[in-house]
Amino acid sequence: MTNFMSQWVYTPVVKDHFMNPRNTLREDEQFDADGIGNVGSLACGDQMEVLIKVKDDKIADLRWLTYGCASAIASTSMMSEMAIGLTLEQAYHLTPAAITEALGGLPEHKFHCSVLGDKALRAAIDDYLAKQGRENPFKKHVAKTICECKNVTDVQIEDLVKTKQAKTLEQLQEITEYGTVCGKCKQAVSELFDEYKHIYNV
Amino acid sequence: MEQHMIYLDNNATTAMHEDVIEAVHQANMLYGNASSMHMAGRQAALAIEQGRQSLASLIDAEPSWIVFTSGASEANNTVFNIFKERIDIGSKRNRMVTTTIEHPSIIETVKYLKQHGYKVDECPVDHTGMVNMDAMKSLLGEDVALVSVMLGNNEIGTIQPVAEIAGLAHQVGAYVHTDATQAIGKIPVSMRELGVDYLSLSSHKFYGPKGVGALAVKAKAPYTPLVHGGHQEGGKRAGTYNTPSIVGMGVAASIAQRDQKEEQEKLWKLREMLRLGILQRISNVVVNGNQEHCLPGTLDVSFPHAEGESILLYLDMEGIMVSTGSACASGSLEPSYVLLASGVDIELAHGSIRFSFGRYNTEQDVAYVLEKLPPIIKRLREMSTR
Repeated sequence: MTNFMSQWVYTPVVKDHFMNPRNTLREDEQFDADGIGNVGSLACGDQMEVLIKVKDDKIADLRWLTYGCASAIASTSMMSEMAIGLTLEQAYHLTPAAITEALGGLPEHKFHCSVLGDKALRAAIDDYLAKQGRENPFKKHVAKTICECKNVTDVQIEDLVKTKQAKTLEQLQEITEYGTVCGKCKQAVSELFDEYKHIYNV
Repeated sequence: MEQHMIYLDNNATTAMHEDVIEAVHQANMLYGNASSMHMAGRQAALAIEQGRQSLASLIDAEPSWIVFTSGASEANNTVFNIFKERIDIGSKRNRMVTTTIEHPSIIETVKYLKQHGYKVDECPVDHTGMVNMDAMKSLLGEDVALVSVMLGNNEIGTIQPVAEIAGLAHQVGAYVHTDATQAIGKIPVSMRELGVDYLSLSSHKFYGPKGVGALAVKAKAPYTPLVHGGHQEGGKRAGTYNTPSIVGMGVAASIAQRDQKEEQEKLWKLREMLRLGILQRISNVVVNGNQEHCLPGTLDVSFPHAEGESILLYLDMEGIMVSTGSACASGSLEPSYVLLASGVDIELAHGSIRFSFGRYNTEQDVAYVLEKLPPIIKRLREMSTR
């Protein structure tokens, strides 16, 4: 990590994927996607779109577009290389940690940027299954991020409500910092909060 | 292959002038403690007093007004601390007024003061980063102790009507401070003409050494030291004199005063070459800040659908060094508060790039940027969600 800064701000792998991103969707390219996933927002500073082709329940091919910083671009690029050839189930469980590891690590405050790639991939798989009219057998195992900016998941909110650590929305915000950046998640967090309070009767 | 090194981040810091490097080198041999009465001490003290005079001359102030500090951040903190203490001892003037686009050393100080119950109002700015004068007027009153408004903004370059604000503030009996850090050497700065009671500056923004600056304080303006412990600077700022840095800053001040007019013209010419070149070669760009009242070497541009950190790093690969207001480069998730306070759309803030020129830049540098920048923006836009 020490000569990391003197060489470049990111690892050589991140640099390579940033300078030479793999599997980007070219402007003139005709890519008939079976599923498309969109996550993030321009307001948050990173937005991704993942397009997949599926054959025999495997990711046969993948293209992506990313608005974001170097780690966001490199993460999506690395994700694309890792995902092609995986079964839908394997692809669905591709984690940000695995992508980050393959990149040789990211600075701590950049971890946020890497979580969008795998989420966009899951969104594309969701879209594919929905278009096929099929049930999604993977979904319930995966935490869903509600606040993109501060990376707060539904599982985390559920846990904080259940254990009474967050009795009010204010307390929840103090702990998780949800909604303190772009504020777009506030409505969703509020609804989830009420739902969990109801479920756990707290 | 020729390695280009085009430094366009002069608002972050400047390279020391070669005469400054030489002066610092020589002054390193003045080892005496400038507070000592013996010969070595007196030699150091003499060199420091020369530095003080040069600096005072640069900003049209009395040498006795100068208090050397570690930089502008300390100078800014010192000013707010003076009025915090006056409020603590029960002054009826218990409110301070500043703006939403000050340097972090004021923004964060204000945040701290507010958390501790002090009353501070932040005057809004318009879409060019100019202080809204109607709002400023409505914020001024008999309860205001201090008005602090920066002279030139570090990010978008907007120059504030500090003299006019000082006149209004004095009418209600408030003291006035300006953070002139970015303006020194680039535009004429006269403490007397601005009519301010306090002025902050930092040496490394005008080709002097880092870690040294000053707060100029008019003779009758209130004062309380921030750093206690010694009788240096007439008891205004304790700590052994940083002789080499003060000498270096003095030499930098003399050069800045000598070359100011020429430098202003040169920086503006380069900045305008780049601005017009970008508008000609790249579609869909937004130039931020005030184009009439602007620091001559500052150009802040937003490129929609291309993210700032990515642009910065691609430019860096070509040997071009700039800065960005993007959240991703800041270590936080919030993009530039200066742009947001100016009402710039958050998406544009994420894609903002600041080019800041200095005395060592050339027209060839601009031509090189204009050759390398368009394909970078094109590439990032092609890769971006659309």
